[in-house]
Amino acid sequence: MSGSAAIIWHQVGKGHIVSKHLTARVATLTMFIAATAMLGGCATSGGSPRDPIEGFNRAMFTFNEGVDKALIKPVAQGYEAAVPMPLRIGASNFFANIADVFISVNNLLQGKPREAASDLGRVVVNSTIGILGLFDIASDLGMEKHDEDFGQTFGRWGVGDGPYVVVPLLGPHTSRDVVGEFLDLKADPVVKVDDIPTRNVALVTRLVSIRAAQLPADKLIEEAALDKYSYIRDAYLQRRRFKIYDGNPPRQDDSFLEVESKTASLEQSESAPVAARQEIDGAGTGAVTAVSVEIAPVVAGPGELTLVHVPSVR
Amino acid sequence: MKWLFAALVFVFVSSVQAEESLAPDVLIKNVTNEVIEIVRKDKDIQAGNYKKAIELVEARVLPNFNFTRMTALATARDWRTATPAQQKTLTDEFHTLLVRTYSKALGEYKNQTIDFRPFKMNAADTDVKVRTQINQGGGAKPISLDYYLEKNSAGWKVYDIEVGGISLVTNYREFFATEVRNGGIDGLIKTLQAKNRAGTESGAAAAAK
Repeated sequence: MSGSAAIIWHQVGKGHIVSKHLTARVATLTMFIAATAMLGGCATSGGSPRDPIEGFNRAMFTFNEGVDKALIKPVAQGYEAAVPMPLRIGASNFFANIADVFISVNNLLQGKPREAASDLGRVVVNSTIGILGLFDIASDLGMEKHDEDFGQTFGRWGVGDGPYVVVPLLGPHTSRDVVGEFLDLKADPVVKVDDIPTRNVALVTRLVSIRAAQLPADKLIEEAALDKYSYIRDAYLQRRRFKIYDGNPPRQDDSFLEVESKTASLEQSESAPVAARQEIDGAGTGAVTAVSVEIAPVVAGPGELTLVHVPSVR
Repeated sequence: MKWLFAALVFVFVSSVQAEESLAPDVLIKNVTNEVIEIVRKDKDIQAGNYKKAIELVEARVLPNFNFTRMTALATARDWRTATPAQQKTLTDEFHTLLVRTYSKALGEYKNQTIDFRPFKMNAADTDVKVRTQINQGGGAKPISLDYYLEKNSAGWKVYDIEVGGISLVTNYREFFATEVRNGGIDGLIKTLQAKNRAGTESGAAAAAK
């Protein structure tokens, strides 16, 4: 299990401008996660190539769903019912204002100084005129709220997703974003508040505030999903990709559809990419080739990132 | 002379297009405004009357969708292994699922407003993306709602919808592929049918309340 995870990681990371140091760390983490799944004894294959430890992930997903249903969701619903909307908005703005500092740092790391400066401007405006961040005056003034984190910064730098992993209590992540979120937490001023009760109240309020904002989506997911686990997984992965490209990702490969209108080119269009992929694999064994043919679309995704996106950095 | 010919063809093509069908952004704008206007006035739909929402979606929204293309997109490479009969059944079941999801979403409508983002296209384009944005109000961040349209003989048809970057169509791809691997195209059809049956029952129960 850990072997195939490493192969996939290797393939996904191929051809990018990747920080070697970081890749090593993420790869170690991947191995660790894969090993954990083996210890769990429930690793299954058969699903998505992006989800090599599906057995472990499904178990974690069920656990998280249980905690959410028993605890987090009811509290979020109570919060929504008991706390008047202006206060909820204030709380959400307050945490968003703190987050803007790190969004600014990440924008800078992503080579977007203009956005970084605007984010800092937001913090200044909202912390003063916006009374400690309770009011988002900056948005009213036309300073756009951005959404960045370290995971997105790594993605922007060309680091691939790595295997999908459901983290206990924290939910869906890519391996890359597990590392990113670890750094996010290290940099998080709320975690660093000295007064422990204050810190805990702040952390819980933030969690509940975020969960409450997601409540309307719950019903729709129930309606749309044939299999809730994979629906949320794939939606999460799409959403992360969308965010890394700042809301403007290139359309994913639909080329197999062309075949419909041009039946004659069917065999050609099918065989060409496979040949190209086999070149990537080099002298891989049959099994390895099969794996990497399946993950080829994933390779194509982040690969385009470095080609298409980085040159456009201002 | 070549350029003159090209210019003539261009003028001809664009004038034919203008007569044939609405521009894709105008189409999306018209349908969105029309549907929102109806939902805003209809207390039943706002109260969660599911049947009424489905009727609205069937009458106003669906004629502008290309469900065959949508189903093919979700089924990806397995689409070609399906017989025409299987493709039709698959399309019908996927249609039912998407209509239900879309109708549910309309029932969640509160007082959101929709902004239409600037749209540019070349006259020769047959595949475009029309971007809109849902403003939720109350301090929540706006959500993007984008439509992919392609032009066929019947005019512009929507073949994919992305909410906040999540495609409602391709999000099924991995799951569909797994189902086909495990039970073939018929296995996938059965799963969809089971889901739609369960959904219809719960929908009917909700409507009866």
